[in-house]
Amino acid sequence: MADTGEGKKEEVDYKRLHSFPLIRHTDMPEEMRVEAMELCVTACEKYATNNESAAKMIKEMMDKKFGSSWHVVIGEGFGFEITHEVKNLLYMFFGGSLAVCVWKCS
Amino acid sequence: ELKEEFTRILTANNPHAPQNIVRYSFKDRAYKPISYVDQMAIHFSLNGNMILKDSDEGRRQSIRLSTAAAKAPVETSAVTSEEEEIKDEESTEDTQAAGEEQAEGSGIAEVAEAVKAEEPPPPRVKEQKLANQFNFIERASRTLNNPMRERACQSEPTPCKNFSATANQWKIYDAYVEELQKMERSKEKEKPKAQIAKREEEKKKGRKLTSLELQSDDITKISKAAKIMERMVNQNTFDDIAQDFKYFEDASDEYRDQQGTLLPLWKFQYDKTKRLAVTAISWNPKYKDLFAVGYGSYDFMKQGQGMLLLYTMKNPSFPEYVFSSESGIMCLDFHNDHPYLVAVGFYDGNVAIYNLKKATSQPSYKSSAKSGKHTEPVWQVKWQKDDMDNNLNFFSVSSDGRIVSWTLVKNELVHTDVIKLSVEGTTMQGPEGLQLQTLGCGTSFDFHKKIDYLFLVGTEEGKIYKCSKCYSSQFLDVFEAHHMAVDSVSWNPYHLKVFISCSSDWTVKIWDHTIKTPMFIYDLNSAVGDVAWSPYSSTVFAAVTTDGKAHVFDLNINKYEALCTQLVVAKKKNKITHIQFNPVYPVVIIGDERGHVTSLKLSPNLRRMPKAKKGQEVKKGPEVEIAKLDKLLNLVREPESKA
Repeated sequence: MADTGEGKKEEVDYKRLHSFPLIRHTDMPEEMRVEAMELCVTACEKYATNNESAAKMIKEMMDKKFGSSWHVVIGEGFGFEITHEVKNLLYMFFGGSLAVCVWKCS
Repeated sequence: ELKEEFTRILTANNPHAPQNIVRYSFKDRAYKPISYVDQMAIHFSLNGNMILKDSDEGRRQSIRLSTAAAKAPVETSAVTSEEEEIKDEESTEDTQAAGEEQAEGSGIAEVAEAVKAEEPPPPRVKEQKLANQFNFIERASRTLNNPMRERACQSEPTPCKNFSATANQWKIYDAYVEELQKMERSKEKEKPKAQIAKREEEKKKGRKLTSLELQSDDITKISKAAKIMERMVNQNTFDDIAQDFKYFEDASDEYRDQQGTLLPLWKFQYDKTKRLAVTAISWNPKYKDLFAVGYGSYDFMKQGQGMLLLYTMKNPSFPEYVFSSESGIMCLDFHNDHPYLVAVGFYDGNVAIYNLKKATSQPSYKSSAKSGKHTEPVWQVKWQKDDMDNNLNFFSVSSDGRIVSWTLVKNELVHTDVIKLSVEGTTMQGPEGLQLQTLGCGTSFDFHKKIDYLFLVGTEEGKIYKCSKCYSSQFLDVFEAHHMAVDSVSWNPYHLKVFISCSSDWTVKIWDHTIKTPMFIYDLNSAVGDVAWSPYSSTVFAAVTTDGKAHVFDLNINKYEALCTQLVVAKKKNKITHIQFNPVYPVVIIGDERGHVTSLKLSPNLRRMPKAKKGQEVKKGPEVEIAKLDKLLNLVREPESKA
């Protein structure tokens, strides 16, 4: 019991430690990157339980700000191969277990 | 019998009308007699043109007449009559026989009417227009429609790239762990860095510089390659000239008794020096293909900028180094030991030293009015051996009559008056009993190759003074050399006693400095700008004249005439100013007033070495040269000594 308790604590700890947004790969310009990252963080925190709505929010905001048409994938385990417009890709981790991929391709 | 009565009955029947007409009846499909036959016979028909006043027609007509009185009442009547006619025609459809006649008659009349009607159609149209109640006029027009053209354009699709990755829990975990480690490391580094904040700033600056340098490094990398490329391209362009320079030996020289030729090779010119005259040329002592050209102006009225360009024969299209100056350059000299130092004399009396190693276009050291610059143009500068303190020093001669030695002491030019060229017998009485000495104007000088202190000075008055560095007030000797200014004096590179001088009085004279009169005199029919000994032979020298000709002499072969007299530049409007032999190659460079430098190759006849007599060794070396010249001089001297 204690062990599992400690294990849980550890999990929670590492999640806390690892919950900052970590950009894995991007080729966006500075301002766009910062804005997108903040938007993703906001969305994920707001819809912590529902990836779909979080993705919807991100996509719509990006469309409004930076033009159509954006694609957003949020999840904990997926592989992808995408074609994106140059300088319009953001792939980041958040919350210790979430991966967010945002790209533009019309 | 006369009382018999005959009765006659008058009827209205037409006696000519047929009594029985039979017509085919389609209904009965038989011929049936018509019950009634038309009995009317027209004897005369006249179309009338009278209208009832009160009828519609009459009223209309009266209105028309009132509005347009002149307009064709005839036509209107024609119209009305035709209308009437039509009515008449309608009414006589029943009676056939008479109707036919009538139809014929009316047809004829109608034709006539139609003809009449055709004639005035436009007024009829007008009348019809005016006939509407509200007096509207319809007017319509159609604009020209521009032709349609299709134009389509398709923009380039936005650039796209593919990207793939996998998002797994362990990958996320690993990434976070790595990031945390990085952050810890950077935190550790920050702590010591905070103490050395200043150094960090410097490093940043240094980094900035290095980044800039790195940026420029790319350019510099290319610049080196670009330079080589430029040279290669030039070589390719001027390939035939390069081949000539290296290998061409004028074969026709064998047939040309003793005459030689100068083969023109490259021509060096630079945009900015088009208006300037070449005032000085000098070969670099170390790099045999590099030479410096000084640009300025000999014209007192047209003084402007000066330039110093260094060309190499490997790249005839663009100078290697370009320096510009405010005042025209009059003379220059390379230092023998430090081939990157060029001493330069200006028209305004200043002297300067340019350092080729440094990238600036300004001289490294420059004299000024404070530091004792000349008051007149500096005509010649020459480097000397380092003095006792190992300081670089050079001499300069100028029209203000002073020969000044400049020493580079602690990055400054310090001047020392070596000699003042006083003209003998012209001391004047000035105010307050001062003795003023008018100074002669020095125009050229040359230092002896072996005897260090000995040098010659040529002046504007035509005198050549033999001076020593040790005696500052007296000359060792004076030669009454020329009638006009001495443009150039030069010691023979081999023979210790012989020197040559040239002047604007059209002559070139060769002297032995122990003898007051010249050994050889050559009259070249035009003011001689410059004369130079050849480095490979003691008896060969070249002179250039203002009429554009270059003369090459070889005393060994022909004592009285030039071996080669060649027009080098276009005669009109261009004078040659200077000539220099290349120390290694059989090439001379000639500068002219237009800022062009032409290089010419000496043909074999001009560089003949003494022939080897059979059985005898051909001695080579300066002794041979000296002996050669001695022999010649003896020929000249002996009759003199005898006389």
